[in-house]
Amino acid sequence: MEKVTIGITFLYLLSSAGYLSYLFLQKSALQQISGYILVSAFLCHTAVIGYNFFLAGHIPVRDLHEALSMVAWTLSGAYILSLYRFNLKVLGAFAVPLAALVMVVSALLPRASIEAQTSFRSIWLVFHILAVFVGEAAFALACGIGILYLLQESAIKTKKRSFFYKRLPSLELLDASGYTCIVAGFTLLTIGLATGFVYAKLVWGRFLSWDPKEIWSAITWLIYAALIHERLTVGWRGRKAAILAIIGFCVVIFTFLGVNLFLKGHHGVFTRW
Amino acid sequence: MIDIVLLGLNHKTAPVELRECLAFSGDQITAALDDFSNYPHLSEMILVSTCNRVEILMTTSDRLLAIQTAKQYISEIKRIPVSEFENALYIHTGEDAIRHVFRVASSLDSMVVGEPQILGQMKDAYLTATQKNTSGVILNRLLHKTFFVAKRVRSETGIGDHAVSISYAAIEMGRKIFGSLEDKKVLLIGAGEMAELAVEHLLRNRSGDVFVANRTFERGLELAKRFKGRAIRLEEVSECLEEVDIVISSTGAPGFILTRDQVKSVMRVRKNRPVFFIDIAVPRDIDPEINRLSNAYVYDIDDLKNVIDENIEDRNREAVKGERIVDEAVIQFRKWYEGLDVVPTIVALRAKMEHIAECEIQKTLQSLKHLTEDDRIALQRMTQAMVNKILHDPTVYLKRNGCYGDKSIHIDMTRKLFNLDDETHG
Repeated sequence: MEKVTIGITFLYLLSSAGYLSYLFLQKSALQQISGYILVSAFLCHTAVIGYNFFLAGHIPVRDLHEALSMVAWTLSGAYILSLYRFNLKVLGAFAVPLAALVMVVSALLPRASIEAQTSFRSIWLVFHILAVFVGEAAFALACGIGILYLLQESAIKTKKRSFFYKRLPSLELLDASGYTCIVAGFTLLTIGLATGFVYAKLVWGRFLSWDPKEIWSAITWLIYAALIHERLTVGWRGRKAAILAIIGFCVVIFTFLGVNLFLKGHHGVFTRW
Repeated sequence: MIDIVLLGLNHKTAPVELRECLAFSGDQITAALDDFSNYPHLSEMILVSTCNRVEILMTTSDRLLAIQTAKQYISEIKRIPVSEFENALYIHTGEDAIRHVFRVASSLDSMVVGEPQILGQMKDAYLTATQKNTSGVILNRLLHKTFFVAKRVRSETGIGDHAVSISYAAIEMGRKIFGSLEDKKVLLIGAGEMAELAVEHLLRNRSGDVFVANRTFERGLELAKRFKGRAIRLEEVSECLEEVDIVISSTGAPGFILTRDQVKSVMRVRKNRPVFFIDIAVPRDIDPEINRLSNAYVYDIDDLKNVIDENIEDRNREAVKGERIVDEAVIQFRKWYEGLDVVPTIVALRAKMEHIAECEIQKTLQSLKHLTEDDRIALQRMTQAMVNKILHDPTVYLKRNGCYGDKSIHIDMTRKLFNLDDETHG
């Protein structure tokens, strides 16, 4: 299993290299090949996670090593989906290296699995984990798209042809796809939080424990809710939306990692290392 | 030996006044093709005449005579002494002529590299030549290869990629902002060739409603009718801004007609949907401060000119790739062109051998009346086999050495050795 995971990490790295070269050289074959490598990496990764799920009897996020592997998996899955929907090839230079990096970190971490508890076998937990992780992957993509938007907008406003100008699609496409990712992410996050509450009630007897993770998740949720609301009513689009998508994702990272690492709470067990 | 000769002038070698005098009208081209077919030393001919070039492409057995004929013909028809245009002429033969034709069709020799008209113009010239039957084996193949190369250069390089006119550059920027221009609403303030051209481009891209505002309402109505849009009064422009996505401004007003505050207040009503201002006027119509507003973009005529300059630089870089494609194609065509001589020679040689064999076998069989049918067939087979075996080595040698360097020596020697040119074989 070790070797397979290393193989998968290698494939992710290879695909990243491909997408980065595509960013510079703009040869279509590069991004096509990188896409195929990415899909094969993703399929193998799915198999590994599925196998671990089967072995453990519950969703495999027992320590930081496994959690990060799940992050990389959802991120690459989300990017593959976005390729079908928007065909944003340049985004690959952001998303895939990120997934690869996460996998590398995951591989370097020691295993510190906690004891399997029957409480882990709940279907609510599965939904909670999947919804939150995929939602956060969508936010990651929205952040990447936001960065691309700002780069392109700068090139158009300052009228200086930057390195990116030729390589990026129109502002409208970036804005629209970024928004789609945010809506998708927000919907999934909402489901994730809701299922989290249900699970908490089942396992600990209450919906809310005022745990730092829960508080920061709520903050994250509010930020994206505000973004969507303001876009629909006042028209927060373009530059404002891009900046907020980036800020939102920073909060997401803090909520996911920072809270576990720096603050205490019942999610801490899952990110031990 | 048949030579390819090209003679002509273009915007690089002759000023427009001279080019005007030497341009051939459609009728003059057909007349010229007719006249040229009367010259025995000219086998094939194509004449290309555009506003930027006049070129005569010929195949001939006498290079120098052909050049002289062409010069004199131009001089007579155009009533200009040869000395007055001789210095502006360039003359290419053989491989240089082939390369020149490829380059011209691929728009590598055009005033603006990557322009799309030249290919169509050359196709027309070729069509005329085929109709007049002045194009033969060599030029037919040359022109077909030319169109193929031109297509390759256009699709494999970026020479035709980006806008090199103000109107197109504006549309290109519009696409960078909006993605698709479909259904985007347009407001034209004022009038003017470049502005109107830009609106036409937008309409061709299936843009949405067009609004026209003009100081003179009647002029506005005229333009609106042309673009199938609506005319509005200048006072209504602010309100119109709430709806439109692209604003093209080209008025003679001495100051700004749209200020930053005007646009700022409108952005909220527009829910911050992006708006693109194209300011073609000098002095400028649109306050450049508007560009600093979020989701509002202003490009004035200097900005558009910079876009064009960058695009031209891009095109010139891409032209280098185009030259490589042309070089490849020239080598391939040359191989064919030079191989042309080998094949007729081999054919003539074989024909002569077979003729000799045929004569002798007939003579012999006549005096051997006692032979059976099988014997006759055997004898005939024998002579055939002898001819084949005798010709095998020479044929291989000619084919192999017929494509390099001074192949004409081998072919010449062969023709002389076997006396192929005295009789009409092949």
